[in-house]
Amino acid sequence: MAREQNEKIVSLEEFQEKIDRDEKIEPKDSMPEAYRKTLIRQIGQHAHSEVVGMLPEGNWITRAPTLRRKLSLLAKVQDEAGHGLYLYCAAETLGKSRMEMTQELLSGEAKYSSIFNYPTPTWADIGAIGWLVDGAAIMNQIPLCRCSYGPYARAMIRICKEESFHQRQGYEIMLTLARGTKAQKEMAQRALNRWWWPSVMMFGPSDADSPNTENSVKWKIKRYTNDELRQKFVDAIVPQAKKIGLTVPDKDLKWDKKRNNGQGGYAYGEINWDEFWRVVRGDGPMNNERISAKQKAWNEGSWVRAAAHAHALKKQTALHAAE
Amino acid sequence: MASEEKETILWEVFIQPKNGLSHRHCGSIHAPDREMAILSARNVYSRRGEGQSIWVVKSIDIVSSDPDEKEETFSSDDKIYRHPTFYDVPDDVGHM
Repeated sequence: MAREQNEKIVSLEEFQEKIDRDEKIEPKDSMPEAYRKTLIRQIGQHAHSEVVGMLPEGNWITRAPTLRRKLSLLAKVQDEAGHGLYLYCAAETLGKSRMEMTQELLSGEAKYSSIFNYPTPTWADIGAIGWLVDGAAIMNQIPLCRCSYGPYARAMIRICKEESFHQRQGYEIMLTLARGTKAQKEMAQRALNRWWWPSVMMFGPSDADSPNTENSVKWKIKRYTNDELRQKFVDAIVPQAKKIGLTVPDKDLKWDKKRNNGQGGYAYGEINWDEFWRVVRGDGPMNNERISAKQKAWNEGSWVRAAAHAHALKKQTALHAAE
Repeated sequence: MASEEKETILWEVFIQPKNGLSHRHCGSIHAPDREMAILSARNVYSRRGEGQSIWVVKSIDIVSSDPDEKEETFSSDDKIYRHPTFYDVPDDVGHM
């Protein structure tokens, strides 16, 4: 939609007052450039994450152990595609074109969640992704339903509604394996070992090292800090692991009654931030494969897009001729 | 590669959940023509029976009021006589 009207200068104070009154910001409203930029970056990364997130799971669609599992996984991966599209459309309302975003993803310039740069060697990894990765995503996304930017908040409401099945299907896979043969249980435990720390890292750097958090909280884009969300995640997952007899791979994990303002919570071990930054910078196990897969899909789909345009043009011409 | 490709048309999508309710805006979609727009809108916005009718309209065809003139355009604080509470009616008249 037209952007000219947005260019009108809005004072930061006026804007902040509007945010403090819990008013939503809509696409054509005036907004500070930094607010627009922060949102474009965040929504864009979020959209790319949904899209790249299809790849590790897509890896198992043809090898799902039963038809029931295959149907669920297909539906889940299709949801991720849909979620990517809802988010791209929210980012587009801020004046960034779809083609620009696609280009940034394909060139490797755009960031997406590092979690998708890890491989999925076994079926249990699909369970671990649904349970842990979607679990962490939901923790992150529920507060975003109240985000100050209207189109982002509306997309998130839709996404959260659909996503709750994702975590349940993942946990069900883990539960089934954990109750299976010794080998199956070991497979589930190894997948948990692989995905635990990358999932804990999904919330991003510690608050002390997160330069974007302050403005984002002030503008009500984010409602909780990275560390607050990480704590919620650990507290939720630890009992779920116990319930199915799996062990969270952290020897420093213990109940700490001082956490969560004295309500208690789990203390957890040191996070390997070197690994986190290494994967963010592009040196994770699957960074190159993920981007190559997206480039391949884009290039191989080129004739389809060309044909669709040609078809649309042909029909339009026929319509004009008939008039 | 992509740089040579055209941007596809952007369409706004409206879904009617069931008869008796109005079509409601739910997002947008890219598609080269209206048939493909309807098809994509169905795939993206109605995977769980959210609707039984879809409208798509080109985003550039939507005409919108100026958000910076909300006050002038929509204020009705000076027209309280348009609301029922403006009028005094004895309590024992009952519900009116």
